[in-house]
Amino acid sequence: MFIKQLSVFLENKEGRLDDVLGVLADNGINLLSTSIADTTEFGVLRLITKEADKAKDILKNAGFTARVDDVIAVVVPDAVGSLAKVMKDIHRAGINVSYIYGLSIDGPGAPIAIKTDDNEKASAVLEESGVKMLSTEEL
Amino acid sequence: MIWNEAKECMSRDELESLQSARLVKTVNRVYHNVEYYRKKMQEKGLEPGDIRGIEDLSKLPYTTYQDLRDTYPFGLAAVPRSELVRVHASSGTTGKPKIGVYTRRYIDVWAECVARCLAMAGITKDDVIQIGYGYGLFTGGLGAHYGAEYLGALVLPMSTGNTKKLIDMMIDCDVTAIACTPSYLLHVAEDLEKEGLVDKIKLKTAICGAEPWTDEMRDQMESRLHIKAHDIYGLTEICGPGVACDCEYHRGLHIWEDHFLPEVIDPETLEHKPAGSDGELVITNLTKEGMPLIRYRTKDLTRLEYDKCECGRTMARIQRFRGRSDDMLIIRGVNVFPSQVEAALLTVEGTTPHYMLVVDRVDNTDTLEVQVEVSENAFTDEVKSLEKLSKEIHDKLKTAIGLNAKVRLMEPGGLEHFDGKSKHVTDKRKLYS
Repeated sequence: MFIKQLSVFLENKEGRLDDVLGVLADNGINLLSTSIADTTEFGVLRLITKEADKAKDILKNAGFTARVDDVIAVVVPDAVGSLAKVMKDIHRAGINVSYIYGLSIDGPGAPIAIKTDDNEKASAVLEESGVKMLSTEEL
Repeated sequence: MIWNEAKECMSRDELESLQSARLVKTVNRVYHNVEYYRKKMQEKGLEPGDIRGIEDLSKLPYTTYQDLRDTYPFGLAAVPRSELVRVHASSGTTGKPKIGVYTRRYIDVWAECVARCLAMAGITKDDVIQIGYGYGLFTGGLGAHYGAEYLGALVLPMSTGNTKKLIDMMIDCDVTAIACTPSYLLHVAEDLEKEGLVDKIKLKTAICGAEPWTDEMRDQMESRLHIKAHDIYGLTEICGPGVACDCEYHRGLHIWEDHFLPEVIDPETLEHKPAGSDGELVITNLTKEGMPLIRYRTKDLTRLEYDKCECGRTMARIQRFRGRSDDMLIIRGVNVFPSQVEAALLTVEGTTPHYMLVVDRVDNTDTLEVQVEVSENAFTDEVKSLEKLSKEIHDKLKTAIGLNAKVRLMEPGGLEHFDGKSKHVTDKRKLYS
């Protein structure tokens, strides 16, 4: 089970983040969560929205480089070591985590987005361990 | 000091008859020994006998970079391969470098030309000189080195890349002269100031070249380091550094006309222009044996002045360069053509054909940023794949142009596109004032 994540390429240029968010707002796209991976030269903005494909088309028409990928959204219990256990399960299955970030979505528990080099397998492993995962509809 | 007064100060009449005799000899040599030149002359209906002196110069065909590329590497050699002792090279517009080849005798001629320049700058056999140009295919290092040894100075072959060692040895060895690019010397000046070492050095003279520079830069070096700075000019195709240099009166760069016959042409109509006109500098080798070039178009825009200089030399003076008639850039002394960058980028998957070179000078060091648009399908949600793309571009550029460029990935459409031919260079340095 996956959720859709919208990624946008950002030149390291003043006001570029503002431009992206402005276009999405003008087109009525509601954002559930944001995260940014930045280097000194450029950034990758990662957005969670229920309308990822529509948002991608809007951004492309506005001249941005954007794409939609699947990421796993797990909900870990609010207890010490629960995220560590999820990571251990993934690691034991020989899967590499590409990136991870917290989703700013209401609990119960802590919703976390995970991208791995084999999402299908990771999802199956986590399912088997009884980890709660979300679909886009459940967001 | 004048190294070779008999030549450097000879009367214009004497000089012109020497040039005429040498031109006739050179034309005969290339006609008989270089098939490429023979064909070029035959196409113009010329025989060696048609060239009786420098007054016939404009009858001769030009030589361009394209000719060097067509004949790369040794197609223009006028002596058997066994007579050649060295190759130097600088970058060409795409792929193949521009090369120059040398006979043993010409290594000495070149060394004397450099020695004349060093002497002009006041350097003598009592000086200790650091050579801060790269040693290798680039003519700067070995050219200046041989010239300084010919003069009899004590030479420290520093090459480039280790400013701390250069400064340490400058102090330890009582170095009195330095040969390097002007921007590098200003960089050294900055480090000396930062370390509070300006009073510890014995430097008196700098002889700077391999890139264009301004009077403001000269003023800066002279006042900050308490030295005299001189401008030396040259190009690999003709011989290397030492083609021309400016004397203490700084009224232009005296070109060694007994070895290099200069003229100015209109780069559009290709017509030879009268003395004192602005245009492109064209040089004919008068004494080179290995690969003498006839009317080589330097692409450097300038003017020649022929009146006798206060220093006593009669050799013509190349005036401040106003720019180039092609799109070549000189970055940290390295010749870079936008077409080389373009060719390198074409081999990288994941970029669009749109790019921009941004050249600047930060803390007296040239910087090159290459802005490249990332194509739609190369973009991923993972930073590492973009960083890998950036590194691949960096490495390919390093191989192609020999410089470490800062690569900046841009959004498609992020670079301004112009109708027809895109503008690919933004040079923020003010090199041609």
